Amino acid sequence: MKSKSKRKISLGSVFINAPYFVWAALFIIIPLGVVLIYAFSDGEGGFTLSNMASLADYGGVILRSLWYSVLATVITLLIAYPFSYVVCRLRPASQKIANMFVTLPMWINLLIKTYCLSSLMDGNGLINQALAAIGFGRLSLMNNTGAVIFGMVYNYLPYMILPIYNVMSKIDVSLLEAAEDLGCSTAARVRRVVLPLTLPGIVSGIIMVFVPSVSTFYISAKMGGTGDFMIGDLIEGQIHNQNSNLPVAAALSTVLMAIILVSMLILNRFSKTDEGGSMLV
Amino acid sequence: MKNGNIVELKNVTLSFDGEKILDSLDLSVRDGEFVTFLGRSGCGKTTTLRIIAGFLTPDEGDVFFDGVRINDVPPYKRPVNTIFQRYALFPHLNVFENVAFGLRVSKTPKEEIGPKVRDMLRLVNLEGYETRKVTKLSGGQQQRVAIARALVNRPKVLLLDEPLSALDAKLRKDMQVELKRIQRETGITFIFVTHDQEEALSMSDTVVVMENGKIQQIGAPVDIYNEPKNAFVADFIGESNIIDGIMNKDDTVTFAGHTFVCVDEGFAHDEPVDVVIRPEDVDIVPPSEGMVKGRITQATFKGDYYELIVDVRGFKWMVQTTDAYAEDQTIGIALDPDAIHVMHKSEFSGLYGDYSTFSDDMDGDPEADDEE
Amino acid sequence: MKTLGKVFMGIVYAVLYAPLLVMVVFSFNGAKSTTTMNGFSFRWYANLFADRAMRGILANTLLVSVCAAVLATVLGVIAAYGIYRIRSKPLKSAVNTVTNIPLVNPDIITGVSLMLLFTFFGGLVLKRTAVLGFATLLIAHITFDTPYVILNVLPRLYGSDASLYEAAMDLGCTKTRAFWRVVFPGIVPGIFSGFIMAFTLSLDDFIISYYTNGHYNILATSLYTAVKKPISPEYYALYSLIFITIMLLLTAVNVLEIRSEKKKLK
Repeated sequence: MKSKSKRKISLGSVFINAPYFVWAALFIIIPLGVVLIYAFSDGEGGFTLSNMASLADYGGVILRSLWYSVLATVITLLIAYPFSYVVCRLRPASQKIANMFVTLPMWINLLIKTYCLSSLMDGNGLINQALAAIGFGRLSLMNNTGAVIFGMVYNYLPYMILPIYNVMSKIDVSLLEAAEDLGCSTAARVRRVVLPLTLPGIVSGIIMVFVPSVSTFYISAKMGGTGDFMIGDLIEGQIHNQNSNLPVAAALSTVLMAIILVSMLILNRFSKTDEGGSMLV
Repeated sequence: MKNGNIVELKNVTLSFDGEKILDSLDLSVRDGEFVTFLGRSGCGKTTTLRIIAGFLTPDEGDVFFDGVRINDVPPYKRPVNTIFQRYALFPHLNVFENVAFGLRVSKTPKEEIGPKVRDMLRLVNLEGYETRKVTKLSGGQQQRVAIARALVNRPKVLLLDEPLSALDAKLRKDMQVELKRIQRETGITFIFVTHDQEEALSMSDTVVVMENGKIQQIGAPVDIYNEPKNAFVADFIGESNIIDGIMNKDDTVTFAGHTFVCVDEGFAHDEPVDVVIRPEDVDIVPPSEGMVKGRITQATFKGDYYELIVDVRGFKWMVQTTDAYAEDQTIGIALDPDAIHVMHKSEFSGLYGDYSTFSDDMDGDPEADDEE
Repeated sequence: MKTLGKVFMGIVYAVLYAPLLVMVVFSFNGAKSTTTMNGFSFRWYANLFADRAMRGILANTLLVSVCAAVLATVLGVIAAYGIYRIRSKPLKSAVNTVTNIPLVNPDIITGVSLMLLFTFFGGLVLKRTAVLGFATLLIAHITFDTPYVILNVLPRLYGSDASLYEAAMDLGCTKTRAFWRVVFPGIVPGIFSGFIMAFTLSLDDFIISYYTNGHYNILATSLYTAVKKPISPEYYALYSLIFITIMLLLTAVNVLEIRSEKKKLK
């Protein structure tokens, strides 16, 4: 009797799970397999490493993408953390409003925001027009590495602020009072209590900024100079240009996935070894 | 140390949103004392504690520590430590690191931290728990960690904000004894906040009864119980029948239609007064021998005694007795002069001490109401 | 310290909103420029509604987003309930990991992998090279929408009281009826927020769409073509409308929440 009812439940489970399992297999797992097939096969279906080997030419671009995205992530973190801290000290109603104005830009397409940003910073852009109007010389704000990093920081900042704010705002005030009671000045309180408790928010913020940064493609093309394009631009070119080369695009995608996977593993380890501060709040 | 007072509050006033939380409070705490602030939620007891800790600054008045004014000294520079109501243990640190927190902040040499922390853990009976996660401990154990974490810094004063309210009744009793022992062993001044009068009476050297942001009475537990100053204190500490009376002259008071001999003196001639009769001080006698007569409207068996509600000339008295009586029975009541306590009229007169609407449900579950 | 914090906040908001302000201001430009203002006009707003190509694109966008959101919601709710009922821990964590892939993977990889899948099997099975179009776009959108629906519904399921379900069966409901009568009402808010999220993500996505749409143009992909050259202020006008609408909606929601919280305090 007991085993019969158990079987019934598991049959029901199979039934209800079938649609999603099939969908996920077809459109999540198999596509990744297809990427690998393209990356490691020649035109006739044989195994080859030549696609991967051809990436040697792009080593510089890959390293540059990594470097730019690490830089953008760190800067975003350095802005988002104190920003969240200031917001957390506001009255609850003000916090809501402050939060709303952080989320609002996320609803507007990244492409048009980036375009507007560049129209501000262009050689003939609004900032330079304003500078010229009051008698200053033009600044060369665009088409350089700094502009690419700035563009990424601008677009991804909300994705760093939100997870950090969410964790930080839930810290029990009495923990901060306890730290103060036990001798912590403001700075010590941040270092010894706030920072370790917000680590989970920092980790998810880093992921949410690093992943789109390392794979970004429009921002670098629009804001950067000729030597600033990134993996995303490469992949796009290999697919949408006239002489498209899908196997190389697939190989590049494989490398990109590997980068993401490795950085996730590093982040996971980091958040776990730190005195169990990972999933506490 | 001036006059042996470690903490002094002078004329302290504090308002939130125009509402007076503390109203010109004066208080001194002697060094080494176990002092309890007792009152209902919203009476200002926790606010007073937070002023001493430094989390709040009074609008008016001064706070002195060891004779030095400390109004503007931030909490982290005050030689006091706090046990928070819900302990406020750091979830990212284990037991050892929680206790070591204050020592690490004050840059205590590493080799001293280990022994000090272990001494403290021994004091609170938590040896061997060093590497446990605090989130995995029981309420009582968390409580002990909080005590160790505060005491390891050797504060001059330990502030305890309703530390036992989150524990179940049995554990609470054990911790009361434990806290008292720790206080004796360390000799540190304890300032304890509670809404539980039994807790206050059994643990303290001095009880400070508060209501409406004011101190109603300060004294030793026995004095507070036996000689309440007004109707509020009489009602809040234990059960009391509070009856309108007239103080005819010294040692003579009239209430419930009878003139009694009492032991209270120093009142004006024919002054209207509040008379307090504790339920356990009432003697039940045959109706013919009673000073006054009453009819039992309710009799409840309470285990070691019976609780009777007795209608005496329209006023309901609570009487406790070890003998069984039936409802609707008429009894006589006799009172020793010692059983009668006379108080001046106050703002609380007429608000408390009448059991006409009494039921166990309305006795108020103090654990249900939260802190102010 | 406090003023320093406020100044810092002010700077961050100023930078965050400067480009959006530019967008709104230049949407009223009299001339076809996004760098020099030349009089004030509503012509770009008027154009927006007159432009046939743009109307077609908007219709396409709505069609894809609504279809994707509805289908992803259905699939996601079934999936969430299925995951909720899985007993085996390893299976559960495996399914959760797979669900997380589209969330964590960069959009470009999701897009490329789906495109490669479609061309690979299109060539293999259908013997066609041009397989990309509405159907593939819709599949792609459902694929990246569904995890968000699951993520919105699952916590509701775990938060629901299992004894309610048991009580319903105790009172004579069949399993199916107990689900519809007791479990389902509890997860409706999650389904709703999941649907809204799926819909807005579909509206906004351009990377995945860009790789899977073929010649089926939607707003985001045509925007991508537009921002590669000097853009027409028409797009500014359209996104200004979106911006203002969302700002009003968010403000209304927040004001209502703040009010109800204040009431609760009193």
